[in-house]
Amino acid sequence: MTALAILIPAALLLGGIGLAAFLWSLRSGQYDDLDGAAMRILDDDRDKAPPPDRAKAKMEQDGEPL
Amino acid sequence: MTACCPDPLIVPPDQGLADRGGLERWVREVGPGRLRLEALVPGVHCAACITRIEVALRAIPAVISARVNLSTRRVVVEWLAGKARPEDLVAAIAGCGYEVRPWLPSAEADDHKAEGRALLTALAIAGFAAANIMLLSVSVWSGADAATRDLFHWISALIAVPAVAFAGRPFFASGARALSRGRLNMDVPISLAVILAAAMSLYETMQSGADAYFDAAVTLLFFLLVGRYLDHMMRARARSAVTGLLALNSTGATVIDALGARSFVPAGELRPGMDILIAAGERIAADGEVVHGQSDLDRAALTGEPLPETVRPGSAVHAGTLNLTGPLRVRVGAAGDDTLMADIVRMMEAAEAGRGRYVSLAERMARAYAPAVHILAGATFLGWLVATGDGHAALLAAIAVLIITCPCALGLAVPAVQVVASGILFRRGILVKDATALERLAGIDRVVFDKTGTLTRGTPSLIPPIAAATGDLELALGLAQRSRHVLAQTIAGWTARRGIAPADFDSVTERPGEGLEGRIHAAVVRLGSRPFCAAGDKAAGAPDSELLEVWLARDGKPATRFSFEDAARADAGEVVAAFAAAGISAEIISGDREAPVAALARRLGIEVFRSGWLPGAKATYVEALEKGGHRVLMVGDGINDAPALAAAHVSMAPASGADIGLAAADFVFTGDRLFPVVFAWRLARAAERAIRQNFGLAIAYNLVAVPVAMAGHASPLIAAIAMSSSSLVVTANALRLRLMAGREPAP
Repeated sequence: MTALAILIPAALLLGGIGLAAFLWSLRSGQYDDLDGAAMRILDDDRDKAPPPDRAKAKMEQDGEPL
Repeated sequence: MTACCPDPLIVPPDQGLADRGGLERWVREVGPGRLRLEALVPGVHCAACITRIEVALRAIPAVISARVNLSTRRVVVEWLAGKARPEDLVAAIAGCGYEVRPWLPSAEADDHKAEGRALLTALAIAGFAAANIMLLSVSVWSGADAATRDLFHWISALIAVPAVAFAGRPFFASGARALSRGRLNMDVPISLAVILAAAMSLYETMQSGADAYFDAAVTLLFFLLVGRYLDHMMRARARSAVTGLLALNSTGATVIDALGARSFVPAGELRPGMDILIAAGERIAADGEVVHGQSDLDRAALTGEPLPETVRPGSAVHAGTLNLTGPLRVRVGAAGDDTLMADIVRMMEAAEAGRGRYVSLAERMARAYAPAVHILAGATFLGWLVATGDGHAALLAAIAVLIITCPCALGLAVPAVQVVASGILFRRGILVKDATALERLAGIDRVVFDKTGTLTRGTPSLIPPIAAATGDLELALGLAQRSRHVLAQTIAGWTARRGIAPADFDSVTERPGEGLEGRIHAAVVRLGSRPFCAAGDKAAGAPDSELLEVWLARDGKPATRFSFEDAARADAGEVVAAFAAAGISAEIISGDREAPVAALARRLGIEVFRSGWLPGAKATYVEALEKGGHRVLMVGDGINDAPALAAAHVSMAPASGADIGLAAADFVFTGDRLFPVVFAWRLARAAERAIRQNFGLAIAYNLVAVPVAMAGHASPLIAAIAMSSSSLVVTANALRLRLMAGREPAP
C-alpha cells in the first residue's frame, strides 16, 4: 500500500504534465498548420531568420512606450 | 526546392490589387497601433515559397510578424499602424510572383475554429482520463483485494466524474437539443449510456461493489470524440476549400464617382447607376451598358462560345464576362431581378429545391439504430426485473446493454472513411465541398459534361506548326509581352518557353479590338487581327471562321499567322473511356455552336451531345434525367452550367470555373487534366465499400456482444475489450483506402 501511495500520484502527475503540455501546444496554435510545420524543418535558412515577433524590439527602438 | 515556385521575372506580378487601393476594408486592428491583414496565396507549395514570402514581408520595416499557413494557403501579417499601407504588403507578396487576395475571416469561420479546439481539448481530457482509469481497472481485473479495489474505484471516480462532465458536453448538448424537438438521434443513447454508467458506478463504489464501469464510460467518450473530431476535420476542410475558392474569385470593380474619385467596391455592393472601370484582363463584376471604350469580351463562361465578341459604347455587357483588350467604362444596369445573374441564381434555387435533401447512410442507420438500442436496454431491464425481481441486477444488465450497443464503432465508421478519402483527394488537388458528396458520387450511372472549359481547356492554345522565322518570333514576343490580351499572352508564353529573346521595341501602342503596334529601327510592326494587319487580300489561305487567329505584319506586309483553338484536355478521351468501361455513358451539353461540339464528341467517342443550349435548358435536361431514375454526375465550369450543377445528383467543377459554378459544385478539381473526375469517382466507390464493411463489422460485433450483455455476463473487462477492438478494426479498415489510392496512377 505504501508503494501505491507514491506510484499512483506519480503516474497521475506524469499524465497530468502530458495533458497540460498538449493543451498548451493546442492553445498556442501549434496544430494550426501541420503541413507548413512539416515543410519548415527542411528550410536551412530558418536557423538564421529573425524571431517571428519583433514588436518589442521595434517599439523600443522607436522610443514608444510598450 | 524552388521548382514549384513561380519565377517573378516570368510571371507578371499581380499588381492590380495593390494599385487599386481600398484595401482598408480587409484590415483588422488587433492591438494598440497593431494592424493585421490576412490574405490568400493559393500558389504556396513548399518550404521555399514560405521563406520567400515571409522574408519579403519582414524586409518591410513596419512589419512585426508575417506567417504563412501552408495548410490553408494563407498569410497573416501584422504591422505597426501608420508605418505601412496594406497595399505595400500585398505588393510585396505579389512581387514574389504569387497571386494574392486579401481575405477577411468570417465570424462563422472563427466559431468553427473554436469548436475544433474545444473538441480537441475534450478529446485530450477524455484520453487522459481513459488511460489512467484503464491502468487502475487492469489492476482491479487482475485481482486487487477489497480495500485496494475500493481505493482504486474511488480514484477512478475522482477522475471519471469531472472528465465525463467536461468531455461529454458535445453529446449531452446535441442529445438534449434532439429531445427538446421530440426526436431521437445517436447522441441520446450515447448520453444515457455515459451518464447512467458513471452514476451506477459511483453508487457501486459507495456500496463497495465489485463492478464499476468508469473505464467503459470514459473510453466510450474518447472513441466517440475521435469520431466527432474526424467529422469536424472533414467539414472544416470542405469549408476552408469553399471560402478559399470564393474569396479568390470574388470580384469587385473600380467605381468612379461624379467627382472622378476612384475606389474599389466588392461586387455585392455595386448599385445601378454607378460607373465602373474595367481594365483589360479583368472580369466584369456587374451587368450594365458600355458608356466609353471599345474592347473584345470573352463570354465563354456565360454562353460556352469561345470566340470573343466586340463591344463599343451602347453595348450591353454581363457580369462574369472577361474583358480582353481595352479598358471599358460601364454603367451598372438595373440591379435585382432583371440581370442575367439573377435569372441564373433563380434557376439554381429552383433546381436545388427540386432535388430534395440527400439523407446520408449514417443518418439512415442512426434513425433505425437509436430506437433499437432503447428497446433492447428497456427489454433487458424488464426481463431481469420479472425473472429475478432484483432491481439492482436488472439496472446493471440494462446499463451493460447500453454501453455495449453504444455506437462507438458506428460513430467512427463513417467519419474515419470520409476523412481518409477526402485527405487523399485533397492531396491530389480535388476539394470535397460537401460531406455527403462522396456517398452520392459512388452511386452515379450517367456523366454529363459541359464542353468549353471542362472537356476543353477553356483557354486558347496555338495550333502548331507555326511557320515563322526566329526573327519574326522575336518581334511577336516583343509586342505580345506588353499586352494582357489572352491571345497575346498565349503567344508570349509559347515563344518564351522556346527560348526566344524578345525584340527591343522603341515604342508599343495597344489598339483595343485591333491589336498592337510597335516601332523598332524605324520599322512598324503590327500584331493583331486580320484587317488590322491588312491580311485580308494578300494572305495565303481563306479566312477560317471556326478559328481564332492573330497576324504579325511588318511594314504593312503580313508575315506570319498564329492560329488558336480551344484544345480538348489531353486526357478527355481516356476519361470518357474509363466511364464507358464501367457502363456509365457520357454526354455533352454545351452552349456552343453545333459544329465544334459535334467534332469534339466524335473525337471523344461520345454519342449523345446537345449544342446551343441556354442555362435553363441544361438544368431542365439534367432534372429530366434525374426524374427518369438516373443519377447524374454533372461536370461543368461556366456560369451557364450552374443551374445544371445544382440540379444534378452530384457535381464537379474545375477550379478555373466561374465562382457561381464552384459554389454550386460538390467537388472542385485543379490542374490541366480531367482525370481527377475518374479518380474521385473510383475513390468514392472504394469509400462506399469501406463504409458498408465498417457497418457490417459493427453490426456483427453487436450481434455477438448484445446477447452476452442481455444475459448479464458483460463484465467491465469484456465491455472494455469489445469496445476498443471494434473501434480499432473499423479505423484500420478505413485506412485501407490509402493502399487503394497508392495503386492508382497519379493524375
